Amino acid sequence: MATPVLDAPLFAQPGNAAVAPPPSAALPEGGGGGDSTPLRFDPTRFGLWAFLGTISMLFIGFTSAYMLRRASADWSPISAPPILWLNTTLLAASSLTLELARRRLRALDLAGTARFFGATGLLGALFVTGQFLAWRALRAQGVFLATNPHSSFFYMLTGIHVLHLSGGLVWFAVIGARVRRLALAPGGDGLGLFATYWHFLGLLWAYLLFVLFVL
Amino acid sequence: MAKLQGLFFGLATLVLVVVSTIYFMKDWLPPLRSDRIAIDDGIGVTLLVTGLVFIATNVLLGFFAWRYQDKPGAQAAYWHHNAKLEWTWTLVTAGIMFMFLFHALGLWASIQKTPPANAMLVEVVAQQFAWNIRYPGKDGIFGRTDAKLVDPGGFNFIGLDKSDPNAADDLVLPQNQLYLPVDQPVRVRILSLDVIHSFFLPNFRVKQDAMPGMAIEIWFTPKQVGDYEIACAEHCGLGHYRMRGQVHVVQAAGLDTAIAAAIE
Amino acid sequence: MAHAETAAAEAHAHAGHAPQAFIWKYVFSTDHKVIGIQYYVTAMLMALIAGTLAMLIRLQLAWPEKTFPALNFLTKGYTDGVMNPEFYAMLFTMHGTIMVFFVLSTAPVSGFGNMLIPLQVGARDMAFPFLNGLSYWTFLPGCIVILSSFFVGAGAAAGGWTSYPPLSALRSAVPGSEMGQTLWIIGMVFFIASFTMGGLNFVTTILNLRTKGLSMMRMPMTMWAMFLVAVLGLLSFPALTAASLMLLFDRHFATSFFVPSGLVLSGQLVNHQGGSPLLWQHLFWFLGHPEVYILMLPALGFTSDILVAFCRKPIFGYKAMVGAMIAISGLSFVVWGHHMFVSGMSPYLGMAFAVGTMLIAVPSAVKVFNWLATLWRSRIIFTTPMLWALGVVSLFISGGLSGIWLGQTALDIHFHDTYFVVAHFHLIMAGAALFGVFGATAFWFPKMFGRMMHDGLGKWHFWFTFLAYYCTFFPMHYIGLAGHMRRIYDPYQYEFLKQFQPLNQFITISAFILGTSQILFFVNFFWSAFRGKKASENPWNAAGLEWTTPSPPPHGNWPGEIPEVHRWPFDYSVPGAEKDFVMQTDPAPIGDKAGSH
Repeated sequence: MATPVLDAPLFAQPGNAAVAPPPSAALPEGGGGGDSTPLRFDPTRFGLWAFLGTISMLFIGFTSAYMLRRASADWSPISAPPILWLNTTLLAASSLTLELARRRLRALDLAGTARFFGATGLLGALFVTGQFLAWRALRAQGVFLATNPHSSFFYMLTGIHVLHLSGGLVWFAVIGARVRRLALAPGGDGLGLFATYWHFLGLLWAYLLFVLFVL
Repeated sequence: MAKLQGLFFGLATLVLVVVSTIYFMKDWLPPLRSDRIAIDDGIGVTLLVTGLVFIATNVLLGFFAWRYQDKPGAQAAYWHHNAKLEWTWTLVTAGIMFMFLFHALGLWASIQKTPPANAMLVEVVAQQFAWNIRYPGKDGIFGRTDAKLVDPGGFNFIGLDKSDPNAADDLVLPQNQLYLPVDQPVRVRILSLDVIHSFFLPNFRVKQDAMPGMAIEIWFTPKQVGDYEIACAEHCGLGHYRMRGQVHVVQAAGLDTAIAAAIE
Repeated sequence: MAHAETAAAEAHAHAGHAPQAFIWKYVFSTDHKVIGIQYYVTAMLMALIAGTLAMLIRLQLAWPEKTFPALNFLTKGYTDGVMNPEFYAMLFTMHGTIMVFFVLSTAPVSGFGNMLIPLQVGARDMAFPFLNGLSYWTFLPGCIVILSSFFVGAGAAAGGWTSYPPLSALRSAVPGSEMGQTLWIIGMVFFIASFTMGGLNFVTTILNLRTKGLSMMRMPMTMWAMFLVAVLGLLSFPALTAASLMLLFDRHFATSFFVPSGLVLSGQLVNHQGGSPLLWQHLFWFLGHPEVYILMLPALGFTSDILVAFCRKPIFGYKAMVGAMIAISGLSFVVWGHHMFVSGMSPYLGMAFAVGTMLIAVPSAVKVFNWLATLWRSRIIFTTPMLWALGVVSLFISGGLSGIWLGQTALDIHFHDTYFVVAHFHLIMAGAALFGVFGATAFWFPKMFGRMMHDGLGKWHFWFTFLAYYCTFFPMHYIGLAGHMRRIYDPYQYEFLKQFQPLNQFITISAFILGTSQILFFVNFFWSAFRGKKASENPWNAAGLEWTTPSPPPHGNWPGEIPEVHRWPFDYSVPGAEKDFVMQTDPAPIGDKAGSH
């Protein structure tokens, strides 16, 4: 049953000629686009990138505030709770398993896909839990949100990152239901889009760690 | 009625041009009492240039609206670009803007430059909704202040630390009265105790926000003896509208007596 | 984004059949036309409220000594017929906030953007219809939250629409800084979320869903404006999101992002340290200045498109016009500091911002000259939309020139926070945006409701509004020159402002006329929407793509195939053509090369 459905390339990257599907068959016709015009890019993918752009601007805004605030006299750095490094590993691993899931799907191995995809979600959820533990560890040391500007930024930035990641987990659940129902029909690029978002959050986390504790 | 719209529009822009020209001829600026005449000159030049552009563009707009109305037999030109014309007006505008910019930056630099060595020092501490004035006294050094010591009941509005030797000769005036010597540069250190205020002296072309957490210094030279107003220009709460003070410009020789009399 | 991958498929499903049930058709619709109208009508109702607030402000400024016992019953902001100062602060704060975000960003961008983008680019709907519907239903709670702040505890936010901390951060600084300011932040977060969803849709639709033959350089000016506005919104609003969250933390969780140490408020030491109020201003204006162009660019786009349709002449200097818009958008990111010349920011930074500010005058001037050149040797048909478009040109000139005064750092020392600034931005930003919206309403009304707006009533509305607008805002230049501060509950506390009471009364009377004449618009709008003359497919003989489909367009926008585009939408009075306009979809090889590249 699976093979004929997955006949058309699933995870076409725009611009990748080798796997680019014929416009009529695989790309969604979208809201319009002129009935016979090939789309310029996949609109959904483009929309996602635009969304990532606006999230990036949000964090650039925070970063510039952080830089400005750090220059003031009352700045006293907090040390990173060690569990953060474990969390970082978990998140990196989740990106890795996601790529493995995509590879399995490309090989039409649905059982393997489900396994690796499930692992991605689990690792993501563990990361969120780990972040909660990190906050608890800091609280135990008596470092609270309002203790000093560095701790304020730490709680706020990690909190907002966790919020974005939780959004990703909701999306994960939506796709998860689909993987099981083999609903990744031709033209759907759901896993690819999700992967873009997930990897972005991984990079964002690395960036935040760098800004908060290395810079 | 439809036929008259072009005429109406032409007349309306004409009226706009005539009325605004007449009104801009009046001297609206508060009488200048400081050395910042360059600002007034800048305003004058800007008024002249932008005024001419205003008149020219509006007259064209009104004239075209009236002249090119649809009439029987009228035909619009199929004309939609002219590189030479477009480059000309772009470059001419850019040239004019560059001249304004050049002048504006020079003027800004002259206002922001280091004050002369003989400048007198005075401090203005803004709070909701009053101006506290402090002079450093003979030593020329302000005593330490600490927010913890602020005690309106004990008349210590700015939290002066009286244990600091430099504070001994500091003169803190009753609120809202600023005394300045005529013809002598003054450095004004502007602070705020609570929210953002803006120290505005309309007659002196002086305005500087009092930013909490910062001490910002400006300087200027009062040029004429008299009493003028201090206004708060930044919304600072309920009483913003009555955060009014007075500047008394006096002869340099009489400054100390004037301050002493005010403290009495 | 969970919905993103389903959106395209959903849009496709749309094209086939329209929803039938009332609630899906008109309430939770995903049809861009319905969403556009929802946004538009909501924005206009918000305008009514914000306008009323302005009337109360003007009443206070003209006659602060008089009592108005009747107003005791209307609002708790009056005691014994006298306005309370805290109520005055709430009035100008909420007037600004509602007008800037919930009216003038919403009506032209979210309203007409949604309405027009698929029609002008030739798409069945926006790229993500579900997201589009969701954006409206995120916007509406934002409106409700903002309005509800009037009815909580100490009242609405009162720190100015710019919400400068510490005033907005310390709850005891001003009464509105209690619950009102928190609701302000929540309302803004809703607004920004909705605007972001809209922006993603705009950018994606305009870039990806253009019909065959419609290259970027064949798009109407309105589409260019919408595209740039969406980019500006996506890149600049996050700064306000960040700032608002930090303000919320400062207010409720005792952090010190914006509140410095050593503050004493009503004799009490404030327990914060080390924050920087300037930081808020930088973040706020990083949004705030592009936001000004978010309001204005659509109006400039409407104006160009309306001007050509009633000049019966192609737009002059299309490439320059597009270039000017791009330049304005780009420069708008590097000029925010001109709002902060006297804030205590480094004077060198002030110089840098002055450069960008003066530069931005060049593309703005180019736009004016191009409009004038479009009018030259044209054949003007004075319809209501044309009058509004001419009004925008007039306001753009008047308001633009005062920008040159304000952009010169040293001169701004005198003008900052005076009525000169109020005059400047009401003419250029508010006025141009408002007139643009009125023009667009009259022009595209057939595509909204399938009917024409009443032309005579529209003209009376224009003339009252145009004259009253100038009478209200132009004199503010004069009192601004004289140093009249903004946001002053009772200016006549100051000796040097006492002489301006008669002028303030003149302004107030003009403002009342301006406000009252808007009744004409609302009557015309609702009457025409239900009773107006039925509109044909192309009632204005305009050349754009949106005029090739019935009025109002059916679900899916074109009954049959989406037409192919062969030229730009500005081919009027083409020599040798049969009629005085050539439709954008006309394949005939007539006209200039500019139209067919």
